[in-house]
Amino acid sequence: MSTAVDVGGLRVVRGGREVVRDVTFEVPRGSVTGLLGPSGCGKTTLLRAVVGVQVVASGRVTVLGHPAGSPVLRDRIGYSTQSPSVYADLTVAENLRYFASILRAPRGDVDRVLEEVGLKGNADQLVTTLSGGEKGRASLAVALLGKPEVIVLDEPTVGLDPVLREDLWLLFHRLADAGAALLVSSHVMDEAARCDRLLLMREGAILADDTPDALRARTGAQDLEQAFLALVRR
Amino acid sequence: MTVNTLATAKRILTQLRHDHRTVALMVLMPSLLLVLLRYVFDSGQAFNRAAPALLGVFPFTIMFIVTSITTLRERLTATLERLMTMPIGRVEVLLGYALAFGLVAVVQVAVAATVALTWLGLEIAGSVWLLLVIAVLDALLGMALGLFASAFARTEFQAVQFMPAIVMPQVLLCGLFVPRDRMATVLNWISDALPLSYAVDALTRVTTSAEVDGTLVRNLVVIAGCALVALLLGAATLRRRTP
Repeated sequence: MSTAVDVGGLRVVRGGREVVRDVTFEVPRGSVTGLLGPSGCGKTTLLRAVVGVQVVASGRVTVLGHPAGSPVLRDRIGYSTQSPSVYADLTVAENLRYFASILRAPRGDVDRVLEEVGLKGNADQLVTTLSGGEKGRASLAVALLGKPEVIVLDEPTVGLDPVLREDLWLLFHRLADAGAALLVSSHVMDEAARCDRLLLMREGAILADDTPDALRARTGAQDLEQAFLALVRR
Repeated sequence: MTVNTLATAKRILTQLRHDHRTVALMVLMPSLLLVLLRYVFDSGQAFNRAAPALLGVFPFTIMFIVTSITTLRERLTATLERLMTMPIGRVEVLLGYALAFGLVAVVQVAVAATVALTWLGLEIAGSVWLLLVIAVLDALLGMALGLFASAFARTEFQAVQFMPAIVMPQVLLCGLFVPRDRMATVLNWISDALPLSYAVDALTRVTTSAEVDGTLVRNLVVIAGCALVALLLGAATLRRRTP
Protein backbone atom coordinates (compact mmCIF):
# COMPACT_ATOMS: atom_id res chain seq x y z
CA MET A 1 0.00 0.00 0.00
CA SER A 2 1.59 3.26 -1.10
CA THR A 3 1.50 6.55 0.75
CA ALA A 4 -0.67 9.39 -0.56
CA VAL A 5 -0.06 11.99 2.13
CA ASP A 6 3.17 12.21 4.08
CA VAL A 7 3.42 14.73 6.91
CA GLY A 8 6.55 15.10 9.02
CA GLY A 9 7.40 17.41 11.91
CA LEU A 10 4.63 19.82 10.95
CA ARG A 11 4.21 22.94 13.07
CA VAL A 12 1.59 25.64 12.49
CA VAL A 13 1.41 28.87 14.46
CA ARG A 14 -1.77 30.95 14.40
CA GLY A 15 -2.19 34.18 16.31
CA GLY A 16 1.05 33.55 18.24
CA ARG A 17 -0.19 30.14 19.44
CA GLU A 18 1.20 26.82 18.25
CA VAL A 19 -1.96 25.04 17.05
CA VAL A 20 -0.25 22.10 15.33
CA ARG A 21 2.73 20.71 17.29
CA ASP A 22 5.31 18.56 15.59
CA VAL A 23 2.79 16.33 13.83
CA THR A 24 3.95 13.31 11.83
CA PHE A 25 1.68 10.82 10.05
CA GLU A 26 0.92 9.14 6.74
CA VAL A 27 -2.29 8.56 4.84
CA PRO A 28 -2.19 5.41 2.69
CA ARG A 29 -3.96 5.09 -0.65
CA GLY A 30 -7.08 2.94 -0.85
CA SER A 31 -8.23 3.55 2.71
CA VAL A 32 -10.23 5.87 4.92
CA THR A 33 -8.16 7.61 7.59
CA GLY A 34 -10.13 9.32 10.34
CA LEU A 35 -8.83 12.44 12.07
CA LEU A 36 -10.61 12.55 15.40
CA GLY A 37 -10.44 14.90 18.28
CA PRO A 38 -12.41 17.51 20.19
CA SER A 39 -13.47 20.78 18.63
CA GLY A 40 -10.58 23.29 18.53
CA CYS A 41 -7.79 20.69 18.69
CA GLY A 42 -6.29 21.73 15.34
CA LYS A 43 -8.01 19.31 12.94
CA THR A 44 -9.11 21.97 10.44
CA THR A 45 -5.68 23.64 10.46
CA LEU A 46 -4.03 20.28 9.81
CA LEU A 47 -6.38 19.53 6.89
CA ARG A 48 -5.79 23.02 5.47
CA ALA A 49 -2.06 22.30 5.54
CA VAL A 50 -2.62 19.06 3.61
CA VAL A 51 -4.58 20.82 0.84
CA GLY A 52 -1.97 23.60 0.78
CA VAL A 53 -3.94 26.68 1.85
CA GLN A 54 -2.39 27.00 5.31
CA VAL A 55 0.77 28.98 6.04
CA VAL A 56 2.95 26.55 8.01
CA ALA A 57 5.80 27.39 10.40
CA SER A 58 7.95 24.35 9.64
CA GLY A 59 7.82 20.69 8.67
CA ARG A 60 7.06 18.62 5.60
CA VAL A 61 3.70 18.06 3.89
CA THR A 62 3.96 15.90 0.77
CA VAL A 63 0.92 14.89 -1.25
CA LEU A 64 1.26 12.31 -4.06
CA GLY A 65 4.98 12.97 -4.04
CA HIS A 66 4.70 16.75 -4.40
CA PRO A 67 4.83 19.51 -1.77
CA ALA A 68 1.26 20.35 -0.63
CA GLY A 69 -0.24 23.17 -2.67
CA SER A 70 1.80 22.44 -5.81
CA PRO A 71 -0.03 23.42 -9.02
CA VAL A 72 0.15 19.81 -10.31
CA LEU A 73 -1.99 18.70 -7.34
CA ARG A 74 -4.85 21.07 -7.96
CA ASP A 75 -6.99 18.68 -10.00
CA ARG A 76 -5.95 15.60 -8.02
CA ILE A 77 -7.24 16.66 -4.59
CA GLY A 78 -10.87 16.98 -3.52
CA TYR A 79 -11.46 19.22 -0.51
CA SER A 80 -14.56 20.13 1.42
CA THR A 81 -14.36 22.76 4.16
CA GLN A 82 -16.21 22.52 7.45
CA SER A 83 -18.72 25.26 6.62
CA PRO A 84 -20.38 24.56 3.27
CA SER A 85 -18.26 26.20 0.57
CA VAL A 86 -20.82 26.52 -2.19
CA TYR A 87 -22.56 29.61 -3.55
CA ALA A 88 -25.81 30.14 -1.66
CA ASP A 89 -27.41 32.07 -4.53
CA LEU A 90 -26.89 29.34 -7.12
CA THR A 91 -28.73 26.03 -7.52
CA VAL A 92 -26.92 22.85 -6.53
CA ALA A 93 -26.45 21.88 -10.19
CA GLU A 94 -25.18 25.36 -11.15
CA ASN A 95 -22.60 25.16 -8.35
CA LEU A 96 -21.44 21.75 -9.52
CA ARG A 97 -21.29 22.79 -13.18
CA TYR A 98 -19.09 25.77 -12.28
CA PHE A 99 -16.60 23.76 -10.22
CA ALA A 100 -16.68 20.94 -12.80
CA SER A 101 -15.65 23.37 -15.54
CA ILE A 102 -12.75 24.66 -13.40
CA LEU A 103 -11.62 21.06 -12.79
CA ARG A 104 -12.23 20.09 -16.46
CA ALA A 105 -14.33 17.21 -15.11
CA PRO A 106 -16.34 15.23 -17.68
CA ARG A 107 -19.96 16.27 -18.39
CA GLY A 108 -21.59 13.30 -16.68
CA ASP A 109 -19.79 14.05 -13.41
CA VAL A 110 -22.42 16.46 -12.11
CA ASP A 111 -25.12 13.78 -12.25
CA ARG A 112 -22.78 11.19 -10.79
CA VAL A 113 -21.88 13.21 -7.68
CA LEU A 114 -25.50 14.33 -7.18
CA GLU A 115 -26.43 10.65 -7.10
CA GLU A 116 -23.55 9.82 -4.74
CA VAL A 117 -24.50 12.36 -2.09
CA GLY A 118 -28.24 11.77 -2.52
CA LEU A 119 -29.15 15.22 -3.83
CA LYS A 120 -30.58 14.16 -7.20
CA GLY A 121 -33.99 15.53 -6.27
CA ASN A 122 -32.53 18.88 -5.16
CA ALA A 123 -30.43 19.60 -8.25
CA ASP A 124 -32.42 22.65 -9.32
CA GLN A 125 -32.95 24.02 -5.84
CA LEU A 126 -31.13 27.17 -4.70
CA VAL A 127 -28.53 26.29 -2.05
CA THR A 128 -29.93 28.94 0.29
CA THR A 129 -33.23 27.00 0.48
CA LEU A 130 -31.54 23.71 1.45
CA SER A 131 -31.35 22.40 5.01
CA GLY A 132 -28.03 22.47 6.86
CA GLY A 133 -27.32 18.81 6.16
CA GLU A 134 -28.21 19.21 2.46
CA LYS A 135 -25.87 22.21 2.17
CA GLY A 136 -23.09 20.11 3.64
CA ARG A 137 -23.73 17.35 1.12
CA ALA A 138 -23.80 19.87 -1.76
CA SER A 139 -20.37 21.04 -0.59
CA LEU A 140 -19.20 17.44 -0.29
CA ALA A 141 -20.37 16.75 -3.85
CA VAL A 142 -17.96 19.38 -5.19
CA ALA A 143 -15.05 17.52 -3.55
CA LEU A 144 -15.99 14.37 -5.48
CA LEU A 145 -15.92 16.01 -8.94
CA GLY A 146 -13.27 14.78 -11.33
CA LYS A 147 -11.36 11.75 -10.15
CA PRO A 148 -9.55 13.01 -7.05
CA GLU A 149 -6.82 10.68 -5.79
CA VAL A 150 -6.78 12.35 -2.38
CA ILE A 151 -10.06 13.41 -0.77
CA VAL A 152 -9.89 15.66 2.30
CA LEU A 153 -13.20 16.15 4.11
CA ASP A 154 -13.61 18.39 7.15
CA GLU A 155 -16.51 17.09 9.29
CA PRO A 156 -18.61 15.91 6.32
CA THR A 157 -21.24 14.10 8.38
CA VAL A 158 -22.16 16.83 10.88
CA GLY A 159 -25.91 17.32 11.25
CA LEU A 160 -26.92 14.30 9.18
CA ASP A 161 -29.47 11.70 10.20
CA PRO A 162 -28.13 8.18 10.90
CA VAL A 163 -29.33 6.75 7.58
CA LEU A 164 -27.57 9.42 5.52
CA ARG A 165 -24.48 9.11 7.67
CA GLU A 166 -24.41 5.38 6.98
CA ASP A 167 -24.80 6.03 3.23
CA LEU A 168 -21.93 8.50 3.22
CA TRP A 169 -19.58 6.19 5.09
CA LEU A 170 -20.39 3.42 2.59
CA LEU A 171 -19.61 5.93 -0.18
CA PHE A 172 -16.28 6.84 1.45
CA HIS A 173 -15.29 3.18 1.54
CA ARG A 174 -16.37 2.66 -2.10
CA LEU A 175 -14.12 5.59 -3.08
CA ALA A 176 -11.26 4.09 -1.06
CA ASP A 177 -11.81 0.67 -2.64
CA ALA A 178 -11.47 2.41 -6.02
CA GLY A 179 -8.00 3.55 -4.92
CA ALA A 180 -8.50 7.01 -3.41
CA ALA A 181 -6.94 8.12 -0.13
CA LEU A 182 -9.51 9.68 2.17
CA LEU A 183 -8.72 11.85 5.16
CA VAL A 184 -11.93 12.56 7.07
CA SER A 185 -12.21 14.61 10.25
CA SER A 186 -14.86 14.26 12.91
CA HIS A 187 -15.35 15.23 16.53
CA VAL A 188 -17.82 12.39 17.07
CA MET A 189 -16.07 9.34 18.46
CA ASP A 190 -18.71 6.85 17.28
CA GLU A 191 -17.59 7.56 13.71
CA ALA A 192 -14.08 6.40 14.56
CA ALA A 193 -14.99 2.71 14.27
CA ARG A 194 -15.89 3.23 10.62
CA CYS A 195 -12.35 4.25 9.64
CA ASP A 196 -9.57 1.93 8.45
CA ARG A 197 -7.02 3.96 10.37
CA LEU A 198 -7.34 6.55 13.10
CA LEU A 199 -5.41 9.64 14.02
CA LEU A 200 -6.42 10.84 17.47
CA MET A 201 -5.62 14.49 17.98
CA ARG A 202 -5.62 16.63 21.09
CA GLU A 203 -4.29 20.15 21.68
CA GLY A 204 -2.42 20.21 18.38
CA ALA A 205 -0.62 16.89 18.81
CA ILE A 206 -1.34 13.37 17.51
CA LEU A 207 -2.00 11.06 20.46
CA ALA A 208 -2.35 7.87 18.47
CA ASP A 209 -1.98 6.66 14.89
CA ASP A 210 -3.34 3.13 14.54
CA THR A 211 -6.23 0.92 13.42
CA PRO A 212 -9.39 0.98 15.59
CA ASP A 213 -8.85 -2.66 16.66
CA ALA A 214 -5.23 -2.09 17.62
CA LEU A 215 -6.23 0.96 19.65
CA ARG A 216 -8.84 -0.97 21.58
CA ALA A 217 -6.37 -3.81 22.21
CA ARG A 218 -3.60 -1.44 23.26
CA THR A 219 -5.72 0.47 25.78
CA GLY A 220 -7.86 -2.46 26.87
CA ALA A 221 -10.93 -0.29 26.32
CA GLN A 222 -14.29 -1.53 25.03
CA ASP A 223 -15.08 1.44 22.84
CA LEU A 224 -12.97 4.10 21.18
CA GLU A 225 -14.24 6.88 23.42
CA GLN A 226 -12.76 4.99 26.39
CA ALA A 227 -9.60 4.30 24.41
CA PHE A 228 -9.24 8.03 23.75
CA LEU A 229 -9.66 8.82 27.44
CA ALA A 230 -7.13 6.16 28.39
CA LEU A 231 -4.59 7.71 26.01
CA VAL A 232 -5.21 11.21 27.36
CA ARG A 233 -4.71 10.06 30.97
CA ARG A 234 -1.55 8.15 30.21
CA MET B 1 -9.73 34.89 -22.31
CA THR B 2 -9.42 31.55 -20.57
CA VAL B 3 -12.07 28.88 -19.95
CA ASN B 4 -11.77 29.57 -16.21
CA THR B 5 -12.41 33.29 -16.64
CA LEU B 6 -15.45 32.68 -18.85
CA ALA B 7 -16.80 30.05 -16.44
CA THR B 8 -16.33 32.46 -13.51
CA ALA B 9 -18.03 35.33 -15.34
CA LYS B 10 -20.93 33.06 -16.25
CA ARG B 11 -21.20 31.90 -12.65
CA ILE B 12 -21.35 35.48 -11.35
CA LEU B 13 -23.98 36.49 -13.92
CA THR B 14 -26.02 33.40 -12.99
CA GLN B 15 -25.83 34.45 -9.32
CA LEU B 16 -27.12 37.89 -10.33
CA ARG B 17 -29.89 36.35 -12.45
CA HIS B 18 -31.28 34.68 -9.33
CA ASP B 19 -31.40 38.07 -7.59
CA HIS B 20 -33.94 40.12 -9.56
CA ARG B 21 -34.01 43.00 -7.14
CA THR B 22 -30.26 43.59 -7.32
CA VAL B 23 -30.38 43.48 -11.12
CA ALA B 24 -33.22 46.01 -11.16
CA LEU B 25 -31.36 48.30 -8.77
CA MET B 26 -28.12 48.09 -10.73
CA VAL B 27 -29.70 48.72 -14.11
CA LEU B 28 -32.22 51.39 -13.13
CA MET B 29 -30.72 53.30 -10.21
CA PRO B 30 -28.34 55.59 -12.16
CA SER B 31 -31.15 56.48 -14.57
CA LEU B 32 -33.58 57.27 -11.76
CA LEU B 33 -30.98 59.42 -10.03
CA LEU B 34 -30.39 61.34 -13.27
CA VAL B 35 -34.15 61.92 -13.65
CA LEU B 36 -34.25 63.19 -10.07
CA LEU B 37 -31.28 65.46 -10.74
CA ARG B 38 -32.91 66.88 -13.88
CA TYR B 39 -35.96 67.99 -11.91
CA VAL B 40 -33.92 69.18 -8.92
CA PHE B 41 -32.04 71.53 -11.23
CA ASP B 42 -35.22 72.37 -13.14
CA SER B 43 -32.98 73.85 -15.84
CA GLY B 44 -31.72 72.12 -18.97
CA GLN B 45 -28.52 74.15 -18.89
CA ALA B 46 -27.51 73.28 -15.35
CA PHE B 47 -28.38 69.61 -15.98
CA ASN B 48 -26.25 69.63 -19.10
CA ARG B 49 -23.25 70.74 -17.05
CA ALA B 50 -23.56 68.13 -14.28
CA ALA B 51 -25.10 65.11 -16.01
CA PRO B 52 -22.09 63.88 -18.04
CA ALA B 53 -19.92 63.73 -14.93
CA LEU B 54 -22.64 61.86 -13.06
CA LEU B 55 -22.94 59.35 -15.92
CA GLY B 56 -19.47 58.32 -14.78
CA VAL B 57 -19.82 58.83 -11.03
CA PHE B 58 -22.98 56.74 -10.52
CA PRO B 59 -21.71 53.52 -12.16
CA PHE B 60 -18.33 54.04 -10.46
CA THR B 61 -19.98 54.19 -7.03
CA ILE B 62 -22.48 51.37 -7.56
CA MET B 63 -19.87 49.01 -8.99
CA PHE B 64 -17.54 49.77 -6.09
CA ILE B 65 -20.15 48.76 -3.52
CA VAL B 66 -21.46 45.70 -5.36
CA THR B 67 -17.98 44.32 -6.05
CA SER B 68 -16.53 44.91 -2.61
CA ILE B 69 -19.48 43.12 -0.97
CA THR B 70 -19.51 40.22 -3.46
CA THR B 71 -15.79 39.51 -3.16
CA LEU B 72 -15.84 39.89 0.60
CA ARG B 73 -18.67 37.37 0.73
CA GLU B 74 -16.60 34.99 -1.38
CA ARG B 75 -13.68 35.36 1.03
CA LEU B 76 -15.88 34.82 4.09
CA THR B 77 -17.87 31.78 2.86
CA ALA B 78 -14.74 29.71 2.08
CA THR B 79 -15.69 29.37 -1.59
CA LEU B 80 -12.52 31.32 -2.33
CA GLU B 81 -10.50 28.92 -0.17
CA ARG B 82 -11.96 26.05 -2.16
CA LEU B 83 -11.18 27.76 -5.49
CA MET B 84 -7.60 28.31 -4.32
CA THR B 85 -7.16 24.51 -4.06
CA MET B 86 -8.34 24.13 -7.67
CA PRO B 87 -6.61 24.67 -11.01
CA ILE B 88 -7.62 28.32 -11.43
CA GLY B 89 -5.32 31.36 -11.32
CA ARG B 90 -5.97 34.34 -9.08
CA VAL B 91 -5.93 36.69 -12.05
CA GLU B 92 -8.39 34.39 -13.85
CA VAL B 93 -10.82 34.76 -10.93
CA LEU B 94 -10.52 38.55 -10.96
CA LEU B 95 -10.85 38.80 -14.74
CA GLY B 96 -14.01 36.70 -14.42
CA TYR B 97 -15.35 39.34 -12.04
CA ALA B 98 -14.21 42.14 -14.35
CA LEU B 99 -15.92 40.53 -17.36
CA ALA B 100 -19.22 39.88 -15.55
CA PHE B 101 -19.48 43.25 -13.87
CA GLY B 102 -18.13 44.96 -17.01
CA LEU B 103 -21.10 43.55 -18.96
CA VAL B 104 -23.49 44.74 -16.25
CA ALA B 105 -21.82 48.16 -16.41
CA VAL B 106 -22.38 48.34 -20.19
CA VAL B 107 -26.11 47.72 -19.70
CA GLN B 108 -26.29 50.13 -16.77
CA VAL B 109 -24.51 52.94 -18.62
CA ALA B 110 -26.39 52.33 -21.87
CA VAL B 111 -29.75 52.66 -20.10
CA ALA B 112 -28.67 55.76 -18.16
CA ALA B 113 -27.20 57.43 -21.27
CA THR B 114 -30.31 56.65 -23.34
CA VAL B 115 -32.57 58.17 -20.68
CA ALA B 116 -30.33 61.24 -20.35
CA LEU B 117 -29.94 61.81 -24.11
CA THR B 118 -33.60 61.33 -25.03
CA TRP B 119 -36.06 62.02 -22.22
CA LEU B 120 -33.88 64.40 -20.19
CA GLY B 121 -32.57 66.30 -23.22
CA LEU B 122 -28.86 65.99 -22.53
CA GLU B 123 -26.90 67.43 -25.44
CA ILE B 124 -23.38 66.33 -26.21
CA ALA B 125 -21.04 67.71 -28.86
CA GLY B 126 -18.76 64.67 -29.07
CA SER B 127 -19.40 61.01 -29.85
CA VAL B 128 -22.04 59.12 -27.89
CA TRP B 129 -19.92 55.98 -28.22
CA LEU B 130 -16.95 57.69 -26.61
CA LEU B 131 -19.23 58.81 -23.77
CA LEU B 132 -20.28 55.19 -23.27
CA VAL B 133 -16.69 53.94 -23.37
CA ILE B 134 -15.59 56.42 -20.71
CA ALA B 135 -18.56 55.63 -18.46
CA VAL B 136 -17.91 51.87 -18.75
CA LEU B 137 -14.23 52.44 -17.93
CA ASP B 138 -15.39 54.35 -14.83
CA ALA B 139 -17.57 51.43 -13.81
CA LEU B 140 -14.60 49.06 -14.27
CA LEU B 141 -12.42 51.39 -12.22
CA GLY B 142 -15.02 51.33 -9.41
CA MET B 143 -15.15 47.55 -9.69
CA ALA B 144 -11.36 47.16 -9.52
CA LEU B 145 -11.11 49.50 -6.50
CA GLY B 146 -13.93 47.57 -4.83
CA LEU B 147 -12.06 44.29 -5.32
CA PHE B 148 -8.95 45.80 -3.82
CA ALA B 149 -10.78 47.43 -0.90
CA SER B 150 -12.56 44.19 0.00
CA ALA B 151 -9.19 42.74 1.01
CA PHE B 152 -9.03 45.20 3.90
CA ALA B 153 -12.53 44.56 5.22
CA ARG B 154 -13.17 41.81 7.77
CA THR B 155 -16.94 42.28 7.83
CA GLU B 156 -19.63 43.51 5.45
CA PHE B 157 -20.15 46.51 7.73
CA GLN B 158 -16.55 47.57 7.15
CA ALA B 159 -16.85 46.97 3.41
CA VAL B 160 -19.84 49.29 3.17
CA GLN B 161 -17.94 51.98 5.09
CA PHE B 162 -15.20 51.95 2.48
CA MET B 163 -17.65 53.57 0.09
CA PRO B 164 -17.65 56.95 1.88
CA ALA B 165 -13.93 56.52 2.64
CA ILE B 166 -12.70 55.78 -0.88
CA VAL B 167 -15.45 56.98 -3.21
CA MET B 168 -16.74 60.19 -1.62
CA PRO B 169 -13.41 62.12 -1.48
CA GLN B 170 -12.96 61.38 -5.18
CA VAL B 171 -16.48 62.61 -5.94
CA LEU B 172 -15.92 65.81 -3.94
CA LEU B 173 -12.56 66.52 -5.57
CA CYS B 174 -13.31 65.44 -9.16
CA GLY B 175 -14.51 68.84 -10.31
CA LEU B 176 -18.21 68.09 -10.15
CA PHE B 177 -18.98 70.58 -7.38
CA VAL B 178 -16.18 73.11 -7.87
CA PRO B 179 -13.98 73.28 -11.00
CA ARG B 180 -10.63 71.74 -10.14
CA ASP B 181 -8.59 74.80 -11.14
CA ARG B 182 -10.50 76.91 -8.62
CA MET B 183 -9.61 74.64 -5.68
CA ALA B 184 -6.85 75.46 -3.16
CA THR B 185 -3.46 74.32 -4.47
CA VAL B 186 -3.15 71.35 -2.11
CA LEU B 187 -6.65 70.11 -2.95
CA ASN B 188 -5.86 70.53 -6.64
CA TRP B 189 -2.78 68.33 -6.18
CA ILE B 190 -4.78 65.66 -4.40
CA SER B 191 -7.40 65.90 -7.11
CA ASP B 192 -4.64 65.36 -9.70
CA ALA B 193 -3.74 62.10 -7.99
CA LEU B 194 -7.27 60.67 -7.95
CA PRO B 195 -8.44 58.67 -10.97
CA LEU B 196 -12.06 59.86 -10.91
CA SER B 197 -10.85 63.42 -11.72
CA TYR B 198 -9.61 62.19 -15.10
CA ALA B 199 -12.87 60.39 -15.74
CA VAL B 200 -14.99 63.45 -15.06
CA ASP B 201 -12.63 65.62 -17.10
CA ALA B 202 -12.95 63.21 -20.04
CA LEU B 203 -16.74 63.12 -19.80
CA THR B 204 -16.93 66.91 -19.70
CA ARG B 205 -14.68 67.19 -22.78
CA VAL B 206 -16.83 64.77 -24.77
CA THR B 207 -19.88 66.84 -23.91
CA THR B 208 -18.46 70.20 -24.88
CA SER B 209 -16.33 69.38 -27.91
CA ALA B 210 -16.35 66.95 -30.82
CA GLU B 211 -12.56 66.98 -30.96
CA VAL B 212 -10.57 64.01 -29.65
CA ASP B 213 -7.40 65.71 -28.42
CA GLY B 214 -4.30 64.54 -26.59
CA THR B 215 -5.69 65.40 -23.16
CA LEU B 216 -8.74 63.23 -23.73
CA VAL B 217 -6.59 60.30 -24.82
CA ARG B 218 -4.33 60.82 -21.81
CA ASN B 219 -7.38 60.81 -19.53
CA LEU B 220 -8.59 57.53 -20.99
CA VAL B 221 -5.16 55.96 -20.55
CA VAL B 222 -5.02 57.14 -16.92
CA ILE B 223 -8.45 55.66 -16.10
CA ALA B 224 -7.70 52.34 -17.80
CA GLY B 225 -4.24 52.23 -16.20
CA CYS B 226 -5.64 52.87 -12.71
CA ALA B 227 -8.28 50.15 -13.20
CA LEU B 228 -5.58 47.70 -14.29
CA VAL B 229 -3.29 48.57 -11.36
CA ALA B 230 -6.17 48.22 -8.87
CA LEU B 231 -7.03 44.84 -10.42
CA LEU B 232 -3.44 43.62 -10.10
CA LEU B 233 -3.26 44.90 -6.52
CA GLY B 234 -6.52 43.04 -5.91
CA ALA B 235 -4.94 39.86 -7.32
CA ALA B 236 -2.00 40.34 -4.94
CA THR B 237 -4.40 40.41 -1.99
CA LEU B 238 -5.92 37.04 -2.96
CA ARG B 239 -3.68 34.54 -1.22
CA ARG B 240 -3.56 30.83 -1.87
CA ARG B 241 -2.14 30.30 1.60
CA THR B 242 -3.55 32.17 4.57
CA PRO B 243 -2.39 32.22 8.21
